[in-house]
Amino acid sequence: MEKFLIFTIVGLSLAAIYAVISSGLVLTYTTTGIFNFAHGAIGMLAAFAYWQLRFDWGWPAPIALVVVLFVLAPAFGLLLERVIMRGLVGTSEATKLVVSISLLVAMIGLATLIWPSGTSRPMSTFFQGRRVDLGITTITYHQAITITTAILVAVGLRFLLYRTRIGISMRANVDDRNLALLNGARPDRVGLYSWAIGASLAAIGGILIAPALSLDPGSLSLLIVNAYAAAIFGRLRSLPMTFVGAIVLGLTEGYLAAYLPGENQYLAGLRPAAAVIVLFIVLLFVPNPRLRTRSQLREFFPPPSPTGMVMMAVGVVTFAMVLVTTMDTTNVITYGQMFPLAIVALSLVPLVGYAGQISLAQLSFGGIGAIVVAHHGIGGTPFGLLFAVVVAAIVGGMVALPLRRLSGIYLALATAAFAVALDRWIFILPDFDLGSLHISLFQLGSTDIDPLKLFGYTFESAGSRVMLSAVGFALSALLVAAVRWSAFGRQLVAMRDSEAACATLGLNLVWPRVFVFMLSAGIAGLGGALYGMQLGTVGPDRFSLISGLPIFMLVVVGGAGLVGGALFAGIGLYGVIPLTSALGPIVAKINAVSPGLMGIGLGRNPSGALPLIQDGMKPLRRDPLVLAAMTVAMVLIYLARLADVFANWPFVLAVVAVFLVANVVAGRRARVADDSSAEVALSTDDLDWVGITTPWTQTHLARLGDVFADDGLPPLTGLTATTVQALGVSDGRA
Amino acid sequence: MAALDVREVTVKFGGNTVLNNASLAAEAGAITGLIGPNGAGKTTMFNVITGLVTPTGGRVEISGADATGMRLHRRARIGLARTFQQLELFTMLSVRENIRVGADIHRQWSRDKGSASDLTEAIIDRVGLRAVADDRVTTLPTGQGRLVELGRALACSPKVLLLDEPASGQDDAETARFGALLRELANEGTAVVLVEHDMSLVMKVCDHVHVLDLGIMIAAGDPASVQSNPVVLDAYLGTSRAAAS
Repeated sequence: MEKFLIFTIVGLSLAAIYAVISSGLVLTYTTTGIFNFAHGAIGMLAAFAYWQLRFDWGWPAPIALVVVLFVLAPAFGLLLERVIMRGLVGTSEATKLVVSISLLVAMIGLATLIWPSGTSRPMSTFFQGRRVDLGITTITYHQAITITTAILVAVGLRFLLYRTRIGISMRANVDDRNLALLNGARPDRVGLYSWAIGASLAAIGGILIAPALSLDPGSLSLLIVNAYAAAIFGRLRSLPMTFVGAIVLGLTEGYLAAYLPGENQYLAGLRPAAAVIVLFIVLLFVPNPRLRTRSQLREFFPPPSPTGMVMMAVGVVTFAMVLVTTMDTTNVITYGQMFPLAIVALSLVPLVGYAGQISLAQLSFGGIGAIVVAHHGIGGTPFGLLFAVVVAAIVGGMVALPLRRLSGIYLALATAAFAVALDRWIFILPDFDLGSLHISLFQLGSTDIDPLKLFGYTFESAGSRVMLSAVGFALSALLVAAVRWSAFGRQLVAMRDSEAACATLGLNLVWPRVFVFMLSAGIAGLGGALYGMQLGTVGPDRFSLISGLPIFMLVVVGGAGLVGGALFAGIGLYGVIPLTSALGPIVAKINAVSPGLMGIGLGRNPSGALPLIQDGMKPLRRDPLVLAAMTVAMVLIYLARLADVFANWPFVLAVVAVFLVANVVAGRRARVADDSSAEVALSTDDLDWVGITTPWTQTHLARLGDVFADDGLPPLTGLTATTVQALGVSDGRA
Repeated sequence: MAALDVREVTVKFGGNTVLNNASLAAEAGAITGLIGPNGAGKTTMFNVITGLVTPTGGRVEISGADATGMRLHRRARIGLARTFQQLELFTMLSVRENIRVGADIHRQWSRDKGSASDLTEAIIDRVGLRAVADDRVTTLPTGQGRLVELGRALACSPKVLLLDEPASGQDDAETARFGALLRELANEGTAVVLVEHDMSLVMKVCDHVHVLDLGIMIAAGDPASVQSNPVVLDAYLGTSRAAAS
C-alpha cells in the first residue's frame, strides 16, 4: 500500500508537469493554429536560464523564478510570435510543423552553444530533502509545489478564458477567427498573449521537471513529447480533457515504474515508451476529421522535367565519383553518408511534397531497412536489399492503415510516437521469437552489415559503397519523378489540394494514402539499408526521431515537392555542414544553429529554397556557352586534382570559384540580352510596355488603332485631342 | 424512377435547422433548378446529396439506390458528380491535368476502359478550354475555373450532375454558351441539378424549379409557375410582407 501511495504521488507530480506543459501547447495551438514542436525546448531553455541565475550566479530562488517565468519566457514567446509565427498564415501544416521543428533544433543548438555539454550542472529540487507528512505517506515539498502549481494553472486559465476580455477574445478567435476580427477582436494581439502565456507555462514545466533529469538540451526537449499525449486527450482543444490526459499519463508512468519487472529485458523499454504508445492509441480514436477542402496553399511545386531529372541523376553519380576519387577513406565515409540519407530524405518527397501527408518516422523505416539487410543480406545477397525495401514498405503500410483517417498534425504526432516507441523500446529489444519466426533487431548494441555482392562484384571499399548509394539515389529519384508524372502522382497532388473534390470524383482516399506511405517507407528502407551497408556496423541511435528531424526539416526547406529538395537535405546536412565545420570551431558552433535558422526562414518562402536557387541559376542554365566553359574548367580542375597538382581544399575552392564566376558571367550576358529586348519592346511595334516604361504618344495611339482594325474591332472613339491631352499623352513628334 | 430523389432531409448545425424536411427530385434528361435566397440551404442540400454533410433525418436515393449512409466515393461511383460554389480546383495542376485526374479516377472504378487522355482532350474542347489547357488553374479567372470543375465532373460520365452556381463569374456570352452546353448534357440523358442566382439562366434552361427558403422547400414546378408564385416572390422580394405593412 505504501508503495502504491508513493508511486501515486510520483505519478500525480509527473501528471502535474505534463498538465502545465500541455495546457500551454493547447493554448497556442487553439488560438494560432500552430502546433509548437519547440514548446518543450522553450521549457528546456527556461530550465537552463533558471540554473544559470539560481545555481551558477547564486540568485535567490524567488528572484530567479520571477525573472525566468515573468520576464524572459514571455519575452521569448512575444519574440517568437512577432518574428516567426505571424509569417506562417496561409502555409501548409508541413511548413508550420517544419518551422516549429526548426525552432526546436535551433534552440537545442543555442543551448549547446551557451551551455556546452560535458559540464555537470546539478539542479536541486525546491526545498531539497524536505517532506510533508500526510499521515498515510509523505510527499516532498517539490512534489507538493508541482501539484499545487498545476491546480493554480488550471484555475488561472479558467479565469483568464472566461472572466477576462483577452480570454474571451482568445475563445472567439478559436471559434471563428474572421468573425472575431469583424467584431473588433485583434487576432494578432491574441496571438501575442497566447505565445507569451504558452512560453511561461512551458518554462514552469521545464523548471519543475529538470531536477529529476540531467540538464541535457536534447533529452529535456524531447521528454516533453510525453506531454503531447496529454494534449491529444483534449484533441488539442479542451483544457479540462488535457488535464485528464495528463493524470492518466502521469499515473501510468508512475505505476509502470513501481510494478513493471525491472529485470525483464523485453519490458524495460516499455515504461519510457508508455506515453508515446498511449499517444498513438489515443490518436487512433480521434473522431473522423472533416475532409480537407480549398487548401489554397502558398506552396507550389512544378512537376520535374525529364531532361532535368536525367541531368540530376547523372550529376549525382558524377559528383559521387569525384568525391571518391579525390578523398581519403575517412572523408569518403564522412561525406558519403549524404547519399543514403538523401534517399531517406527522398522518401519524403512523394509523401509530404506530393500528397501533403506528414511522417516524422522516415529514419525509423530506414532503421528497419538496416535491420533487415543486416540479417537477410548475409554474404552480400541482393535479396537482402530487396527484402529491406519490401519489409519497410509493409511496416509502413501497417502504420498507415490504422492512421489512414489522420492527416496534418495528428499524423505527424502519430508517426513521431511510432518513431519514439521504436527508439525507446523496440530497437533496444534482444532477439525474440514470434511463433516460428525468429526476430533479430540491433542485438542490444549494434549489428554488422555485409557489403553487397552483385554479379560477382563485392562492394568492399568505402568508395564503391558510396558509389552504390549514389546510384541508388539517382534511380530512386527517377522513380519518385516518374510517380509525379503518373496518374497516381496527379491524384496525390490533387488530394493535397482538395480531398473533398477527389472523393466526389469517386476516389477512395484510403488506398492512395496507404500506398504513398508504403512507397515512402520502402524508399526510406532502401536508404537505411544502404546507409547501414556503407557504415558496416549500425546501432539504433543512428535511426532515432531526433536524428530524423533535421532530414525532414531540410527537405521541406529545400522544397518538399521537389526531388532536388532531398538532395538539398542530404548535401546540406552531411556535406556542407561537416565541410564548413572543418573550417574552425566558430563555424562549427554556428552550424549547430544554422539548419534550424534555415527552417525558421521557411515561413517567408514556403515553396522552399530550391526554386530561389534555380531562379538564381536560370541565366547559367540558359547559356550553353558559359555552361560548356564552366564544365570544361571544372573537368580541368578535377584532372589537376587527380594529378595531385593541389590538395582537396584548393580543389573545392577552385570548383566553387568557377561556379560563382560562371553564374556572374551568365547573369551579365543575360542582362545585356534583356536590355536589347527591352529596347525592342519600347518601339511602337510592341505596345505591351507603353504606359509603364514609356509615356503614350500619338504614334502609339495610331498603332493601337491599326491593331484594332486588324482584329476587326471598331475604331477607337472618344480619344479626341482633348481626352488625349487630359490623359497626358504627348505628341510623339515633339 | 427519378435519377435523384431526396426525401424529407433535415440538417441541423447546433441549434440551427439549415434544412427542414426538404425534398427534391431530378429526372434523367432534364435540368432541375434549385433556387432560393442566400442562406436558404442550397449548398447544404448539395453537400447532403454528395455526403459531405450527414443529415439528421431523411433519405437520399441516386439512380434508385439508397445513398443516405453511403461514403462519398461510393456515391460518385453510382453516377453522382458535382461542382462547388467555392472553387475546389487542384491548384498545383494545369487545366488539362485537373480534368485528367477526373478521367483517371473514373477509369479506375468504371467499366469504361477507353483512353483517359482522349477523353480529357474531348472534354477540353467541349467546355471550351483549349486555349488555356496548359495553364495552371490558379491563373484563370473564376468563370473559366468553373468550367474546369465542370469538365472534371464530366470526366466521370455522371448520371446526376450537381452544379453549384456554375455561371457566377461568367459574362453574358459565356453564360449563353454554358446554357447551351447544359441543354446538350440533359439531352444526352444526364439529370442536371442547377443552383444558380442568375435567374434569366435558370428560367431559360430549367425544366423544373425547386425553391428553398430558410431550409424549407416552399415551391416546385415549371419555371413560369414558380416565377409567378406569390410565396416565392415573398421569399425573394418580401412583397406580401411589404404589402401587409
